[in-house]
Amino acid sequence: MKILVCMKQVPQKDAPLKLNESGTWIREDVSYEVNEPDAYALEEALRQREKHKGEVVVITSGPARAQQVLREALAKGADRAIHLEDDRFVGLDAFNTAKAFAAAIKDEQFDLIFTGLQSDDYGYAQTGVILAELLGWPHATIIMQIEKTDSGIRVKRELEAGYFQFVDMPTPAVLTIQSGINKLRYATLIGIKQAKNKPLRKVTLGEVQSTLGENMQKIEKLYVPQKTKKTEHIEGAPAEIAKKLVDKLRNELRVL
Amino acid sequence: MADTILVVVEQREGKLNRVSWETITAGQAIAAATGWTLEAAVVGAASVAGEIAAKKVAKVYAIESPKLEPYTPDAFAAALKQFFASHPAKLVLMPHTYQVRDFVPKLATAMGRTVISDCVGFKYEGGKLAFTRQMFQGKLAADVSFTSDSPWFATFQNGAFRGDKAEAGPSAAPVETVNVDIADEVIRNKPQEVFKEAKQAVDLTQAEVIVAVGRGIKEQKNIELAKQLADALGGDLAASRPICDSGWLPMDRQIGSSGQTVAPKLYLALGISGAIQHIVGMKGSRAIIAVNKDSEAPIFEIADYAVVGNLFDIVPPLIEEVKKARG
Repeated sequence: MKILVCMKQVPQKDAPLKLNESGTWIREDVSYEVNEPDAYALEEALRQREKHKGEVVVITSGPARAQQVLREALAKGADRAIHLEDDRFVGLDAFNTAKAFAAAIKDEQFDLIFTGLQSDDYGYAQTGVILAELLGWPHATIIMQIEKTDSGIRVKRELEAGYFQFVDMPTPAVLTIQSGINKLRYATLIGIKQAKNKPLRKVTLGEVQSTLGENMQKIEKLYVPQKTKKTEHIEGAPAEIAKKLVDKLRNELRVL
Repeated sequence: MADTILVVVEQREGKLNRVSWETITAGQAIAAATGWTLEAAVVGAASVAGEIAAKKVAKVYAIESPKLEPYTPDAFAAALKQFFASHPAKLVLMPHTYQVRDFVPKLATAMGRTVISDCVGFKYEGGKLAFTRQMFQGKLAADVSFTSDSPWFATFQNGAFRGDKAEAGPSAAPVETVNVDIADEVIRNKPQEVFKEAKQAVDLTQAEVIVAVGRGIKEQKNIELAKQLADALGGDLAASRPICDSGWLPMDRQIGSSGQTVAPKLYLALGISGAIQHIVGMKGSRAIIAVNKDSEAPIFEIADYAVVGNLFDIVPPLIEEVKKARG
């Protein structure tokens, strides 16, 4: 089984974000990490390879810093990596990002492509499904289990409110992976060492540009959301805070 | 001809998903602001068309084909693409459900268009329409506009509009059936029956007090501290998704879009940053107390009482004070 995992580098969860001068994006000087659902997608690909043999390839787009995500994936066991490297990839909408990925893998033959179900920065939850449509492949979203069958795969989709559904589908296919589908592994020291010698192919913007169009949507303005609720701050030493909270619980919320 | 807004409502096994009313409310608000005509459509299960026709919409389309049951992204995208070929719309609105997420990016791509997904509002200023959506897990918001030709696709987050504010129409809107033709080979996925994983052992929807933990709890052994607080308050223990993903608490204690939706008298959030997926499951709580060391955590946006600090400093004396108060 040959599997491609699409991964994204996003700002760290607790990193304070600052707006850029034009108020259309964040300033780049924050700490980054791998988008969490993508880490689960990678883990699932590694597990499938352990069961069925094959190859795991990881791909990302973004500036030089994004290579870190690929290095970590290689250290965890991915076989090789593809980096669409250019600052301008950050500004592409989901449609163009998917087009760039499709162009970068046009000479490859994957059985499966995994993405995380959504990213922690945009949160569009679209790139995987768009990529499937561009490739003419079937897809399934929010996947919690994958089994190989005689005719393709059987996947378990998570629906809302605790419901699930099994879906039989042919391959090649695109799956968007839900966090929690598996338990993540850590990179080993040997893995980190080996990662340095694994192939990492760089793709420039110029190589894929002819397939891209104008973005079809535009961020007019990025801003700190306006508060809709009045929040009372409880301050003081811990013991003092505890007393104040109990007073609220008893006299205002009446739960004591 | 006036520009048209089309709301595509969601049905599952012939039943209207209630979140569809919120999208109708959103459509009515955008129609009022822009002067565009509001219409609605249901894909499959024409039986719910009548329910929608009672609302203030100009027309309801029942898009029908035997291939639309059970749901597949292939059939739904093909059906709507055919529908738009004969019924062009300027703006297409849908609820941001798991089902819509599954087919709408495919539909838009097949039509060479884009989706602004998971919006929480809209702005119409100087003849320009923009959609507001949360970014970076709710830490920032963005106004996003379309730069492509129509149809424009937008989806709204659960709870972004009030479903009970959907205006009724003066008389029932006409319902038109539109039959679509979907070839067998279009549908590649074979979905099995929908099922519920082993009965949910814990029903948090009835809980009056919920103490919920997030990543800030750091280690599995620290869950005990939150449990002691929940016990002292006579409440239930719950968690955000990462805690359940790690196996520190069972999945049936998860609050959020993929877990339970709750509205207790008190929701005490410990070390929960407040990602959108969590917030949609608890923002209806009567009162929210949030304890988090990050003063910029989005949970504080919706908290009634905010404690910026280390939960490990604050929870132990709080347990003692609650015990004292209860005698």
